[in-house]
Amino acid sequence: MSTQHDTVVLNRSALGFWLYLMTDCLLFASLFATFAVLRNATAGGPSGADIFEMPLVLTETFVLLMSSFTCGLILIAMKHKNVRGMIAAFIVTFILGGVFLFIELSEFAKLISEGYGWQRSAFLSAFFTLVATHGLHILVGLIWLSVLVATLLKRGLTTKVIRQTTLFALFWHFLDLVWIFIFTVVYLMGVAV
Amino acid sequence: MLAGYVVGFILSAALTLAAYQLAIMGTASMTLYIALGVLAITQLGVQLIFFLHLGDEPKPRFKFASFLFMSGILLIVVVGSIWIMTNLDYNMMHMTENEKEMYMQTQYDKGF
Repeated sequence: MSTQHDTVVLNRSALGFWLYLMTDCLLFASLFATFAVLRNATAGGPSGADIFEMPLVLTETFVLLMSSFTCGLILIAMKHKNVRGMIAAFIVTFILGGVFLFIELSEFAKLISEGYGWQRSAFLSAFFTLVATHGLHILVGLIWLSVLVATLLKRGLTTKVIRQTTLFALFWHFLDLVWIFIFTVVYLMGVAV
Repeated sequence: MLAGYVVGFILSAALTLAAYQLAIMGTASMTLYIALGVLAITQLGVQLIFFLHLGDEPKPRFKFASFLFMSGILLIVVVGSIWIMTNLDYNMMHMTENEKEMYMQTQYDKGF
């Protein structure tokens, strides 16, 4: 009886969280629209083709894709009640997410040090806003992940941990979805001349 | 369950690499943009099915319905913005700064 109740609560939470993700998509939609309109407004500054380091961006993309995959492994381990496997997959996901964020921030730091910060042109303002909003989501995801691991270690595989892990997986996969479009619209379409 | 994630990962990786090659080798054109868009949307479908399990949802499909609604709004916002701003850009392209200001003033005087 209790497990049936738990399933109902889990499904309801997942739907509620999904609705949040859909509204988050609309936030990204407005940033994508802004970027698409301003992508050529370089005000004499550099265009995407001048500043993007594509091999690095491809690496970044694959790191995030792999972390999305290892996030799936967390759910598989959880299905088998394998706490140790879950922790391992959590840690790999955290490391991959951290590497992604590090690459992104070093790209930002390099651009800013070269004088191509968000003040330089409307294109760069839109670029930084869109990409950094995604990066901020990744940071929030990493903090959430750390709290989850700590709770899992302290309390074990409770109903609450199961629910939170399911929602976290949705969030993390969702961030990879958004990145596909950042990768395509910002980087790939920007680098082709 | 693992098989689904592996398939999703391999397909996503292949689509990413294909798009990357296309963008690096190709020159900017509408055809290239459309090809890249198709590859991105395909990958979106792959990840929705294999990672987010959108297809496994039992009826009533609230998740899928909200996803469709969101996509509609998203298209209106993105396509609408590009459409209007390109139009405006095209109409004002050949004007000097002074002419632009006068044009905007006459539009303003006409009322919205």
